Amino acid sequence: MENVYLAVVLAPLFGAIVAGLFGRQIGRVGAHTVTILGVAISFVLSVWVFKHHVFDGADVHNATVYTWMISDGIRFEIGFLVDNLTALMMLVVTFVSLMVHIYTIGYMHDDPGYQRFFAYISLFTFSMLMLVMANNFLQLFFGWEAVGLVSYLLIGFWYKRPTAIYANMKAFVVNRVGDFGFILGIGALLFYAGSLDYYEVFAEAEGMSAATITILPGTDWSLLTVACILLFIGAMGKSAQVPLHVWLPDSMEGPTPISALIHAATMVTAGIFMVARMSPLFEFSTAALSFVLVIGALTAFFMGLIGIVQNDIKRVVAYSTLSQLGYMTVALGASAYAAGIFHLMTHAFFKALLFLAAGSVIIALHHEQDMRRMGGLRKYMPITYVTALVGSLALIGFPFFSGFFSKDGIIEAVSLSTTPGAGFAYVLVLLGVFVTALYTFRMFFMVFHGEERFRNVAHHGHEDEHGDGGHGHGHVHEPRESPWVVTVPLILLAIPSVVAGYVVGPVLFGDFFSDSIFVLQDNDVLARLGEGYTGIMGFVVHGIMMPPFWLAMAGLATAWYVYMVNPRIADTIKSRFQWLYTVLDRKYGFDEFNAFVFAGGSLGLGRWLWRFGDMLFIDGLLVNGSARTVGLISRYARYVQTGYLYHYAFAMIIGLLVLLTVFVL
Amino acid sequence: MFADWPLLSLVIWTPIVGGCIVLMAGDRMPEGARRLALFFATLTFLISIPLFVHFDRGTHEMQFVELLPWIGAFNVNYHLGVDGISMPLILLTTFTTVLVVIAGWEVIQHRVSQYMAAFLIMEGFMNGVFAALDGVLFYVFFEGMLIPMFLVIGLWGGPNRVYATIKFFLYTFLGSVFMLVALIYMYTRSGSFAILDFHHLQLGMTAQILIFLAFLAAFAVKIPMWPVHTWLPDAHVEAPTGGSVILAAIMLKIGGYGFLRFSLPITPDASMALDWLLITLSLIAVVYIGFVALAQQDMKKLIAYSSIAHMGFVTLGIFIVFLIFSNTGDWQGAALGIQGAMVQMISHGFISAALFLCVGVLYDRMHSRQIADYGGVVNTMPWFAAFFVLFAMANTGLPGTSGFVGEFMVILASFRADFWIAFLAATTLILAAGYTLWLIKRVVFGDIANDNVAKLQDINRREFLVLGILAFVVLLLGVWPAPLLEVMHATVDNLIQHIAVSKL
Repeated sequence: MENVYLAVVLAPLFGAIVAGLFGRQIGRVGAHTVTILGVAISFVLSVWVFKHHVFDGADVHNATVYTWMISDGIRFEIGFLVDNLTALMMLVVTFVSLMVHIYTIGYMHDDPGYQRFFAYISLFTFSMLMLVMANNFLQLFFGWEAVGLVSYLLIGFWYKRPTAIYANMKAFVVNRVGDFGFILGIGALLFYAGSLDYYEVFAEAEGMSAATITILPGTDWSLLTVACILLFIGAMGKSAQVPLHVWLPDSMEGPTPISALIHAATMVTAGIFMVARMSPLFEFSTAALSFVLVIGALTAFFMGLIGIVQNDIKRVVAYSTLSQLGYMTVALGASAYAAGIFHLMTHAFFKALLFLAAGSVIIALHHEQDMRRMGGLRKYMPITYVTALVGSLALIGFPFFSGFFSKDGIIEAVSLSTTPGAGFAYVLVLLGVFVTALYTFRMFFMVFHGEERFRNVAHHGHEDEHGDGGHGHGHVHEPRESPWVVTVPLILLAIPSVVAGYVVGPVLFGDFFSDSIFVLQDNDVLARLGEGYTGIMGFVVHGIMMPPFWLAMAGLATAWYVYMVNPRIADTIKSRFQWLYTVLDRKYGFDEFNAFVFAGGSLGLGRWLWRFGDMLFIDGLLVNGSARTVGLISRYARYVQTGYLYHYAFAMIIGLLVLLTVFVL
Repeated sequence: MFADWPLLSLVIWTPIVGGCIVLMAGDRMPEGARRLALFFATLTFLISIPLFVHFDRGTHEMQFVELLPWIGAFNVNYHLGVDGISMPLILLTTFTTVLVVIAGWEVIQHRVSQYMAAFLIMEGFMNGVFAALDGVLFYVFFEGMLIPMFLVIGLWGGPNRVYATIKFFLYTFLGSVFMLVALIYMYTRSGSFAILDFHHLQLGMTAQILIFLAFLAAFAVKIPMWPVHTWLPDAHVEAPTGGSVILAAIMLKIGGYGFLRFSLPITPDASMALDWLLITLSLIAVVYIGFVALAQQDMKKLIAYSSIAHMGFVTLGIFIVFLIFSNTGDWQGAALGIQGAMVQMISHGFISAALFLCVGVLYDRMHSRQIADYGGVVNTMPWFAAFFVLFAMANTGLPGTSGFVGEFMVILASFRADFWIAFLAATTLILAAGYTLWLIKRVVFGDIANDNVAKLQDINRREFLVLGILAFVVLLLGVWPAPLLEVMHATVDNLIQHIAVSKL
C-alpha cells in the first residue's frame, strides 16, 4: 500500500518537474500529456484507495515514509495517514485537478506560458496531496505553505499585469499572517505533547485542555484553547475567513482554471479540512469552537452580501466562495465536522463547475468578464448554459441537488448546536441562504438571459483590469460554444454536482468518518439530527418544509423579478440605499484599511527606524560621532605637539613643579 | 585511509599556499590564474569531504586532532580539531569558495590573480578559525582573515569603498581587542591557551560577566547584532559580489560559532545571567531590522538587512536555551534551539550566497543595485527569474527549502521558553515575506520597465551552474536535513550538559 500512496503523490510531482524544467524541449503537447498522465494516475489510484478504505473497510494507514530529522529527541517525519477522510479528500482533489488539467488545454490554448501553467497546476496537486495525506504537523505545514507558493505563482501567472503581481504578493503575505498563527499553534502543541505526530498529539488533548498558559499577566488560558485558536488563525488565512479574506477576491487575477481548482475547490478548503482533522483537539475547547462558529457566520453572511453588487463574473463567484467557506466553518464550529467536509466536497464540484462555466463564457466573449456586457448567451452556449444552471441550483441548495443536502445539514446542525454563539450564527446562515440565491441567479440571469448586451459594445477597447488574457479584439464575434476539452469537464463536474448529495445518509449520519473525526457526545448535533433521518426522500420532504428552502426560493424569485421582469427596480434600490451600496461596493473598506494601516504603516515604520535608528542615532551619533569626537580631541591635542623645543621644555618644568608640589609638600 | 591524514592542516594551508602560488603567477595570464585558483579551491573542497564522511557521529570529542608545540614559552600550541559544530562550517567555507571563484570568472578583469589569491588565502584563514583549538591560533586566524577581506573591498569595491572598509575594519578590530584581553586573562588563570582548558576553568561571576562581555564585543559585531550592525550594509554595498558572498555566507557565522565555542562553555553562568540581553537584541534584530529591510531601495542593502534579521535567529536559538531552563526547570528544547541556530547558520550561508550572486548577475549587466532601475526582468531572463524567486522563497523560510528548518526549530524552541518571544520571532514569517516578495515584485515581475531591462541577456552556463548547485543544496537541505543534524547531536548534547553545570 505504501507504494500506492507514494505513487499518488509523486506522479503529479514528476509531471510538474518534467513540464517545468523541460517545457521547451517537450513542447506543448508533451507538457500537457505528461502532467495529465501524472494526475490521471493519481486519480485512478485515489479511486482505488477510496474503494480500499471505504468499501473494503481497510484499516487506517498511518506510517512514516522517511525521517526528516531528529532533534532534541523529537522525530520530525514525513508520513501518510490515510483514513476515510483522507481518501475522500484525495478523491476530490485528484478528480477536480484532472478536470481542470483537461479544461486548461482549451482555456490556455493561445498562452505563451502554456507549459509553465501545466507545471504549476501539477505541482499544486502534489502539494495539496501532501497536505491532506500528512500524518504529522510538519508535513501539514509543508503542504500548507507549498500550496500557498503555487497559489502565489499562479495568481501572478500573467506577470506583466500590475494588478496580478500586486494580488499575488498580497495573497502570500496575508496567508503568511495566518501561517504566523499556525506555526505558533504547532509550537503550543509540541510544547505540551513533545511530538508532532497527529495521533500522539491527539492522545494528549484532554491533558492539554487542563494545562494552562499565561499569555497576559494574570490570565490563565487553557493551552488547548490557545493552540486551537492559533491553528484556526492559519485556517482563516488559507480558507479566507474574515478578516483575512482580503486576498481571495484579488486572486481572481489568475487564469480561470486555477480559480476553479485552487481558489474554489481545493486549496481554500485546506483550512476546513485541517480543523476537521484536528477535531480531537477542537472538541475539548468550547471557546475555540465558539470562535470558529462566529467567524464562519460573519464570513458566510457578509461576504455573500458583497456578491450581490459585483459586476465581474469571476468576482461574484469568488465572493460566493468566501460565503460558502463561511458555511463550512460554521459547521466546524457547531461540531458538525462531517457536515463541513460534506459541504466541502459538494462545493468542490459545483463551484469548480461554476468557475469553469464562467471561464467558458469568458472565452466565448473573448476575455470579457463584465456581466453588464453579457446576456442572452443561453442560445449560443447550450452546454455551458445547462451545466451552469446545474451548478447554480446546487449552490442555492435546490432540492435533489448536492448543495441542498450539504447546506441543509449545516443549517440544521447549527440550529441544534449549544456552542455559545450558535443562535447568532443560525440567524446569519439562514439569511445567507436568501443572499446566496439572490446573487447566484442575478449572475445567471445577467449572463444567460435577457438582452444580448455584448452587441452594444461593438468597439469597446480592451480593458486590462477585466481582460483575462491580454488579447482582446475590437469587434464582436458571434459567441460560440466552447470546444470539447472545455465542455467535457463541465459535464463531468455537473454529474457529481447533482448526485454527490445522495450519500448524505452514510456521510452525515452514518459511520463514514468514525475513524477520522471525533465528536464529544454532548456536542454531537449530527447524531441527534440523524435520529430523524429516514432516507433521501424523507430528508427532502423535511427540507422543503423548513425556512431555508423558502428563503432560497424567495432569493431566486427576487433575482428573477429584479433582473428579468423589472430591471429598473435595481437602479431604484441602488439609489434609495446608496450608503449600503457604497459600503458593499467598497467591500466594507478592508482593503483601504489594510493598505493604509498595515502596508503603509509597516513601510513608514521601516523608513523611520532606518533614518532615525540606523542612520541618525547609531551611525550618526555613535559610530561617526565617536569618530568625530576622536577627531576633535586630536585637533586640540595637536596644538600641544608644536615641535618647538622651548614649548616642551616649558611643559616639563611646569610638570616638574606640579609633581614636586604633590609629592614633596 | 584519509582519516589519518592531517586533513585540517591541509584545508588550512592548501588554499593559503595555493593563493601564494596564484599571486606569484601574476596577471600576465589571467586565464591561467583563474584556472589555478579553481584548481586549489576545488582541491580544498575535495580534501574537506573526508571530514564529513569519516566524522564519528557518536562522540563529542574533538576529531582529526593535530597538536604541535608552537611558542613554548607561553604554552601556545598549533592545536587543531573539529567537532559537530565546527566541521559543517568548514565544509560550508570550502564549498562557498569554489562558487566564489567560479562566480568571479568573467566579472573580474582587473588584477585577477590578486583577487583570486585573496579569496584563497581568506579561505585558509577562515578554516583556521573553525579548526583552531588554541586561543592564540584562533586569534591569529580571526584577525588574519580581515586583511584579505579589507583588500577585496578596498580594491575591487564600489565608489564609497574607503569609508566602508575603514568602518568594517575598525568595528571588527575594536571588538576583537576585548577578546584578546579575555584570552590573556584566561591564560593567566589556566596557564595555557587551550580552548578546551578554558571550558573547564572555574571562574567567579564577576570574571565570567567581564569575559562574557569581552567575547560579546567581538562576536556581536561579527554576526552582527543590533546595534553594532551598521558596518554590514555599507560593507556589502561596496564589496564586489564575491566579497559579499563570503562576508554573508561565512564571516557572519564566525560570530555564531564564537558564541558556541567560547561564550557558552566558558561563561555559562554569565550567559544565563545575561540571556535577557541577548534575547532582546536578537528579537530587535528580527523585528526592527525586518522593518528596516522593508524600506531599502538598494538590493544589496536589503539583502544585508535581511541577513542581520536571519542572524537574529541564530543568537535567539543559542540564548533561548537559558530562558527555557529558567522558565521550565529542564533542558528539554535546548538542543532544538542550538541545533536550530546551527542549521540557520549553514542554511543562511547558502541562501545569502545565492541572493548576493543573483544581485551580482544583475549588477554585472546593468551596473546598478537600485531596485527602481529594474522591473520585468523575468521577460528577458526567465531562468534567472526562476532561480531568484526560488532563493527569495528560501529567504522567506518556505518549507521544503533550507531556510525553513532553522527558523522552525528556533520558533518551536522559543515557545517552550515564552509565548511572546515565539510570537515576536514568528513575525519574521510576515516581515520576511513582505520585504523579500516586494523586492521580487519590483525587480522580477511586471512589464519590461526600460530599455536596459529589454536588452538583458539571460544567465550563461557558468552562472547557471553556480546558481543550480546552490538551488540543489538549498532544496536538499530543506527536504532532508537529517544528515546535517546527525553530525551535531553528540556535540550539542555535550554542550548542553556542560552549560547545565554551574561554574560557581
